[in-house]
Amino acid sequence: MVDNKQQWKAWLYLSPAIILLLVFTVWPIINTVRMAFLDGYKGLEAAGGATFNFGVQNFVKVVSYNRFLSCLGNTALLCVLTVPISTLLALLIAVCLNSIKALQKPLQTIFFLPYVTNTIAIGMVFAAMFNIVGSFIGTENELISNAGIINNIITFFGGSNVNWINAGSSYTANIVVMVVYIVWNALPFKILILLGGLQSVNKQYYEAAKVDGTSRSRTFWRITVPLLSPMIAYVVITGFIGGFKEYSSIVGIFGSTMGPPNLDRRLNTMVGFIYDSLSSNNQGRASAAALILFGIILVVTLLNLYVSKKRVHY
Amino acid sequence: MKVVLQNVTKVFPSRNKKSKETVLAVDDFTFTVPDGKLVGLLGPSGCGKSTTLYMISGLQKVSGGKIFFDDDDVTDLAAEKRGVGLVFQNYALYPHLTVRQNILFPLQNLKGADKLTKDEMLDRAVKAARLVQIDELMDRKPSELSGGQQQRVAIARALVKMPRVLLLDEPLSNLDARLRLQTREEIRRIQRETGITTVFVTHDQEEAMSISDLIVVMKKGVIQQIGKPQDVYDDPVNLFVAKFLGTPPINVFDGKVENGRLFIGEDAVLDVPGVENREVFVGVRPEGFVYDPAGALSCSLTGIEVMGRDISIVSEKDGKVVRSIVNSDVTVDPSAKDVRYSLKPNKVFIFNKATEERICF
Repeated sequence: MVDNKQQWKAWLYLSPAIILLLVFTVWPIINTVRMAFLDGYKGLEAAGGATFNFGVQNFVKVVSYNRFLSCLGNTALLCVLTVPISTLLALLIAVCLNSIKALQKPLQTIFFLPYVTNTIAIGMVFAAMFNIVGSFIGTENELISNAGIINNIITFFGGSNVNWINAGSSYTANIVVMVVYIVWNALPFKILILLGGLQSVNKQYYEAAKVDGTSRSRTFWRITVPLLSPMIAYVVITGFIGGFKEYSSIVGIFGSTMGPPNLDRRLNTMVGFIYDSLSSNNQGRASAAALILFGIILVVTLLNLYVSKKRVHY
Repeated sequence: MKVVLQNVTKVFPSRNKKSKETVLAVDDFTFTVPDGKLVGLLGPSGCGKSTTLYMISGLQKVSGGKIFFDDDDVTDLAAEKRGVGLVFQNYALYPHLTVRQNILFPLQNLKGADKLTKDEMLDRAVKAARLVQIDELMDRKPSELSGGQQQRVAIARALVKMPRVLLLDEPLSNLDARLRLQTREEIRRIQRETGITTVFVTHDQEEAMSISDLIVVMKKGVIQQIGKPQDVYDDPVNLFVAKFLGTPPINVFDGKVENGRLFIGEDAVLDVPGVENREVFVGVRPEGFVYDPAGALSCSLTGIEVMGRDISIVSEKDGKVVRSIVNSDVTVDPSAKDVRYSLKPNKVFIFNKATEERICF
C-alpha cells in the first residue's frame, strides 16, 4: 500500500489516462444513456436551449421504424453466417499451416495481410471482383452485371453470369458477396489466434495419440479441438461482437448507400442505422439504437459464455 | 516378447543449417531385451537413451540398423502398428478428459476385428486402473490428481491396450523423493504382475539399479556396459561406468603401479600382482575404505557426516575430496588431523590413464 502522503503522486501519474478515459469513454457512455431517455432529443435544439422530457419515446421510435427490423435482420443474418464459416475455415487453415514446415512463415504472412489492409480498400477490390466498384453508383443505368473476375471464373466453368451487386441484383446475391468478404476479412485474426493456440499445444499429446493408433480425424476432434477450445471460444465471442458492429465492410462494397443502386439501405446494419440517425440529427434515436445494440451484444455474449462454459475444457 | 536391437544408429541433422555436421545420437546399438524383463537404459542427459526408446516405440525412425519384436521386423513399422505402450516423462495425459476417458482412449481407437464393445472397454479400463490402484479416481480430471497419481494413470493408459512392449521415459523424474521410492516399487510390481517386456529410461542410477533386471549404461550414444545392476556395479568396464554408478560416487585418485604395488600418492595401498608399472586412475568405492589407524592410506580429515545407519567421513588427499562410508559404531575423533584407511581389494578398481579402460588384477 502506498503511503497516504505519497498517494497524490500516484494520482498525478494516472491522471492523463484517467482524464482521457473520462472525457472520451466514460462521459460518452453516460451521455448516450441520458440522450436515449430524453424524448426526441436533438443535439442542435438542445444547444439552442430546448428542453426534453424524460421518457422511452426514442426506443419506441426505433423499434417501430420500418427500417430497424431490416437492419437488425441483416446484422443477425451476417453474424450467424459469417462467424461459424470463418471460425471453421480459420481452424482448418491454422491446422494445415501448423502441420507444414516449409513456407510456413511466408504463408503466415500472406494470410495475415488482409488484417493490415484497409477495409474500404479491400471492399472496393471485392466490388470490382464481383461486378463494379461501389463508387460507380450514380451511373447505375449502365448495367455491367457480367463484369468481374468471379463472373469470368463462373462462365469459364460453364456457368452463367450472376448479378452480384448491381441494380437488379438479388438480396441473396448481395448477402453471398458480403459473407465472402466478411469471412475473408475475419480470417487473419482468427488464424493468428488459433495458430498461436496450436503451437502452444504440447506435441506429446500427438505422440501419445500416435502410439495409441488414433486416426487423424479422431485426433482432430478429440484432441486438437478440445485443447483449442479456449481460443475457439475467444474467436467466436469476438467474432459475434464484431459481426454485430458490421458496417464499414458494407460501405466498402456498396458505398455509403448501403445497398445496390435504386435499393439504398437494403443491406443496412445496426451500426448503419445509428449513423443514419446521427446524420439526420436524431441523437436521441441514435442513442436508443446504440443501447439496444449494446443489449443484444451483451445477451449474445452471455449466451456464448454460457455455452462455452459447458464446452470449453479447463 | 523380446526386443532385439541390431546395429541401431540414429543420426540427427545439424541444427545449424549452414554446417553439414550431423549429430550421432545413437551409435551402433546392439542389444536384446529378454522376454518379460525390466531393462533400464541409463546414462547422463544427451547420451541417446531417450532416442533409443523412441526408436523402439516407432516415434523416431532409425537411421541404420534393425529392430525386431521377437521375430517380427518392426524397423519400418509405424508407431501405431507396433503395439507398444509408451509413458511420457510428463505423462501427456489429455487434460480435457477424465481418468476413465484417458484410459479408454487407446481402446476406442481399435478397429476391425480388434474392436471392443463398450462393456468390454470399460471392463478393461477398470482392470488396468485396479492394477495401478487408481480405480477410485476414475471421474477426476488429470489436473485434480497428484504427480504420482497422474503417473499411474499414464501407466494404466499404456497398459490397457495390452502392449507387446511397455516403454517408460524418465518415469520418476517428476516425482518428489518419497514418491519416487514408492512409485519405482510400484512399477516393479506392475511389471512383474503383467510380465510385459519393459524398457525404461533414466539418468538416475539409483532408480535404474533398484528395479531393473538388466541395466544398459550409455555414453554419447555408445553402449558402455550391459549387465545385472550388481554385476555392473561390482565390475565396471571403465572409469565412466564406475563413476556413474553408486551414491556417493566412487572416489578417483591419480595413482601409479610400481613393482606390483599400487600407490596413491606416496602410500602403497594394495598389492596388484601382474600389472605392469604405469600411471593409473584408482577408483575406490566409498564403502571400500576401512577405518584403520594402521592403514596404508592417509588423508587429512575435513569432517564427519552422520547419516544414522552409517557415517560418512570426508577427508582430503592431494587436494581431492575423499568420501568414505563406514559403519556408525566406528568412532572417529573429529579433532584429529589425519585419518588412515586400509582398502577392501574388491572395492578398488584401477583404470588405464589414457583409455580409462579397467585394468584387472
